[in-house]
This record gives sequence, C-alpha cells and structure tokens, in this order.
Amino acid sequence: MIRVLFFARIREQLGTDRVDVSAEHAGSSIAELRDSLIAAHGAAWAEPLMQGNVITALNQEVVALDALVSDGDELAFFPPVTGG
Amino acid sequence: MRDTPAIRVSIQAEDFDVSAELSELRKNSNSVGGIASFVGVMRDANEGDAVLSMTLEHYPGMTESSIRKIIEDACRRWPIHALTVIHRVGELRPGEQIVLVAVAAAHRGEAFSACEFVMDYLKTRAPFWKKEKLGDSERWVEARKSDEDAAKRW
Repeated sequence: MIRVLFFARIREQLGTDRVDVSAEHAGSSIAELRDSLIAAHGAAWAEPLMQGNVITALNQEVVALDALVSDGDELAFFPPVTGG
Repeated sequence: MRDTPAIRVSIQAEDFDVSAELSELRKNSNSVGGIASFVGVMRDANEGDAVLSMTLEHYPGMTESSIRKIIEDACRRWPIHALTVIHRVGELRPGEQIVLVAVAAAHRGEAFSACEFVMDYLKTRAPFWKKEKLGDSERWVEARKSDEDAAKRW
C-alpha cells in the first residue's frame, strides 16, 4: 500500500487529504501514479495535480516526478511553501 | 567549544517565550559570545487587504526533518554552539508571534549569518502553508519570488 497525502490548496481542491493506493503501483514513477489517480478520480483531479509548481515528496524528501515509488512509501503533493 | 551543536526544534500551537529561549541558549557554556535571533510576527494586512486571522498548516514529520536539515546545513557553514527554531501552527491573529530562530555562537558574525540563513531557507523549504481570513473571504498566501531570491544568496 502506498499512502498519498495532499496539503493546502491541493487538499481543498481534491476534497481529501489522503488516498491509499494499492501496491500494484510499486515500480511506477510519481508521474505515472499521478496520472492513474487522475484517471481513477476524474477530470477534477487533473488541474490541481498537474500545475507546474506542484512539489512532490517521497518519504518526506522532495523528489522529481520521475522518482519511482515502492510499496510502503509515503508520497505527498503540495504547493510552494509559505511558512516563516 | 562544544563538539556538536545543541539543536532545539519545536512545531507547536502554543506561543513561546523568547526571553526563556535565549536564556536557555546561554546555558552550560561560557564560550558563547553572542546570540542572534529573529521573531516573525503576524501582520494585520497583506497585499493591500486587512487580514483578520491566519491558519498555518504543516506536514507532520517532514516539517521537523526539513528544519533539522536546514540547521545541519547552517552548522556545516558556521561554527555554532546552539540553535533553536520554534514555529507555531494553527490559527494566529495579528500581532502574534509565528516563528523564532535563535543562534548562539562564539562571535556575532556567525550568529547573525546563521540566523538569517536559517530564516531564508525555512521560508522556501520547510513545509508550512498559510491561509488568510479576510473580511469576506479566505485565500492561500502565495510563495514570493523575493523569498526565493533571498535563499539563493547563500
């Protein structure tokens, strides 16, 4: 199982802060997993996840979209940060 | 001079006591010659609009680890005795404290530099997001290019 988290504006636009995806996605890239989430959940998921400034973190480290996911991983999608 | 810097990181809803935190940084060392600090405070206006309150969201786990990485980076760049970062989350109102960065070092040069570096990196790398409540609406704060430019200086 791969845990996928959403934060801030992305969380609001999708209407959820988390989905769990099955381990059959292990070995996919983040981009591929993102595309299958959009296919599964419909067009409303495309715009929030496809924006150019979306940041992806794998096991709490920022990575590029071509990083590969493994079973048991935690993946997060979030907008540019605004703390401090 | 201590071998490994004393690091304190707290992500919390509660307000913090700057004086107590700075006192803590002087403890157990007479080699500390200076403590530099920054306190971020919530303003009552942003982008020309009055802001009534602000809510800070974060990514539990990654927020703490990203701040620790920033601090480790600072400790590789400068000789630091101790460094504290406290960042509040949840709902804040204008005038309230948001964040504290405090650095104890033998000399002021490294204390000032490390303090500014940690703030610049925290603003561009630590996973927090601010949402503002205005009179009649809410909006997410946008990341600023000026913050990214500040981080690039280091």
